[in-house]
Amino acid sequence: MSQLLLDVNELTMRFGGLLAVNAVNLKVRNRQIVSIIGPNGAGKTTVFNCLSGFYIPTDGSVLFNGDQLAGLKDFQISRKGLVRTFQHVRLFSKMTVIENMLVAQHRHLNTNLFAGMFKTPSYRRLEQEAMDRAIYWLEEVDLLQHANREAGYLAYGQQRKLEIARCMSTQPELLLLDEPAAGLNPFETKELDQLIIRLRDEHEISVLLIEHDMGLVMGISDHIYVIAQGTPLADGTPDEVKQNPDVIKAYLGES
Amino acid sequence: MRGSLYNAIFAAGITLVLACLMLGVRLGAEGTTLAVTGAGADRWGWILAGVGVVFFGQLFANQVDALFGRIPKPNLSALKPQGSSWNTLKPWLLSALVVGLLVWPFMVSRGAVDLATLTLIYIMLGLGLNIVVGLAGLLDLGYVAFYAVGAYTYALLSEYFGFSFWMCLPIAALLAATFGFILGFPVLRLRGDYLAIVTLGFGEMIRILLNNWTSITGGPNGISGIEKPTLFGLEFSRRASEGNQTFHEFFGIDYSSGHKVIFLYLIAVLLVIIVIYLINRLMRMPIGRAWEALREDEIACRSLGLNRTVIKLSAFTLGASTAGFAGCFFAARQGFISPESFIFIESAIILAIVVLGGMGSQIGVILAAIVMTILPELAREFSDYRMLMFGLLMVVMMRWRPEGLVPMKRPHLELK
Ligand SMILES: Nc1ncnc2c1ncn2[C@@H]1O[C@H](COP(=O)(O)OP(=O)(O)OP(=O)(O)O)[C@@H](O)[C@H]1O
Ligand SMILES: [Mg+2]
Repeated sequence: MSQLLLDVNELTMRFGGLLAVNAVNLKVRNRQIVSIIGPNGAGKTTVFNCLSGFYIPTDGSVLFNGDQLAGLKDFQISRKGLVRTFQHVRLFSKMTVIENMLVAQHRHLNTNLFAGMFKTPSYRRLEQEAMDRAIYWLEEVDLLQHANREAGYLAYGQQRKLEIARCMSTQPELLLLDEPAAGLNPFETKELDQLIIRLRDEHEISVLLIEHDMGLVMGISDHIYVIAQGTPLADGTPDEVKQNPDVIKAYLGES
Repeated sequence: MRGSLYNAIFAAGITLVLACLMLGVRLGAEGTTLAVTGAGADRWGWILAGVGVVFFGQLFANQVDALFGRIPKPNLSALKPQGSSWNTLKPWLLSALVVGLLVWPFMVSRGAVDLATLTLIYIMLGLGLNIVVGLAGLLDLGYVAFYAVGAYTYALLSEYFGFSFWMCLPIAALLAATFGFILGFPVLRLRGDYLAIVTLGFGEMIRILLNNWTSITGGPNGISGIEKPTLFGLEFSRRASEGNQTFHEFFGIDYSSGHKVIFLYLIAVLLVIIVIYLINRLMRMPIGRAWEALREDEIACRSLGLNRTVIKLSAFTLGASTAGFAGCFFAARQGFISPESFIFIESAIILAIVVLGGMGSQIGVILAAIVMTILPELAREFSDYRMLMFGLLMVVMMRWRPEGLVPMKRPHLELK
């Protein structure tokens, strides 16, 4: 079996009296697509916020590539190769598509002021590499013809794709996608489905996915975790989860 | 309709209350006691007319808006020739502009050159604040503090240690940057309104400090007799100070006080060109893009590995150093500075320049700085109403063109 990339143990997040995440365990291996599902308000986004450093978890440990993430700031975590998207699209909407892609690669560029002022060879080389990577990923999500348009003017589905491309240009090892299919039409969902599979199979990264679209989740996941009201309910392969009586009850019985 | 009637009554009521308090009654001395006197009939007439204007203005707000909407908006970018012809034309136009700027002062009056110098100072300040507010989106209401730091740096170093203008220029920029850094560090985690209030307070602190530290800064009396800049050691005064030579002696021409004015103007042109060039490069560098990204979405920046503290600090520090640069020149040109020159209104004017110009746009800021310094001069007779006109201009602009005179244009990147 492939190597363990993300290892979450007993992750707990409490907001005052509300236990939003209660002792959640998660494991993501290299080149795996793992999904988290659960009803609205189950605490899925909160798990993402804890993993990416936006919240400081009340309890539990997060190991990424064997390193503890506790105590690291959000931007430090993303530099380690754990990058996320948001439930609501967050683009730099007044900047162009290609600028969005370049900003994401900030840390791979030569940000020394003097190097930039005098356009030193190293500055030019890194700038060119970033440009090439941006073009590569825009082509990959079929947005290259829009490169010089303002991101805010793109259609919704294109904005979603740009967000993923922007994350990929940072060269992550684990991509966290928060409901990437929300608001997409069936054709766009199919495209997304293919893209996520390509990320795993061709680009060899892992994806941790939150999604309500069961067709998408069941079709592409290697492993699924179900949480309800912050508490782990079940986990397993898509088939195991589909047949789990607790899951059926949570999804059908009580809604 | 009911909503706008209610609005109109409300606005007219507020106008009436304010006008009554500020214009309708007057406090005066009567012998040894204070007495309140009411205004005469003609003033009440004016107040009622004003209330009427506000009432109908609000009642027909939509129509007024439509009226503003109908004023044509010049599309400046359409004037620009497209594509390759622009690329060949651009260097020629720029050199023509620079030559024009250099030749022009020899053909006009002293007053005009002096005004142009002042305009150039405001251009520098506007460009500097544009980094902080227009690009990085950090509302700084105490920008004038850094301007003061720059000015006092030169004034004090020259008075106590005899440093020259040219030596002080980088020192002033560095010192202002240091102040920006020290202030920025604790406050940059604040957002929006909070940041505005803290910077406002900082601006006042610096001014009050300068006012009260009498032993060093001279307090409200300020510092006078600040050395003028020299041209490679040549002075522009009538008689040289000990061991120096004057410009007119060296070149064997007659003394003219105009030389000094033109010289100062040329320095200002030089400084502005340097500032424009540097900021223009910065905007195209990773740091410039990061500033804008931070303005657009801070959370997305953090999720992509951008360290917001470093990025905000760099915007704040570089903006401050530009103000320090401008301040140093201001002290040298003026020859006299006092805390009076660094009041809040100055910060407000510089901010207005950035907003009027079109947040983030360099050409816009330059145009707005020209408008904001030349208009008050043209309307000298109305100088009592300066703030009133200032307010009116802002209201009209926000109605007519909220995006500013020349909204920022995105750079077009070649993909190859
Ligand atoms: N910052 C916060 N402060 C207080 N409560 C919070 C905070 N963030 C989330 N919560 C609460 O935690 C619970 C879980 O929210 P979360 O957003 O993680 O749910 P979710 O599973 O992502 O739901 P959805 O499918 O609707 O996106 C909710 O009850 C929410 O109100
Ligand atoms: Mg959610």
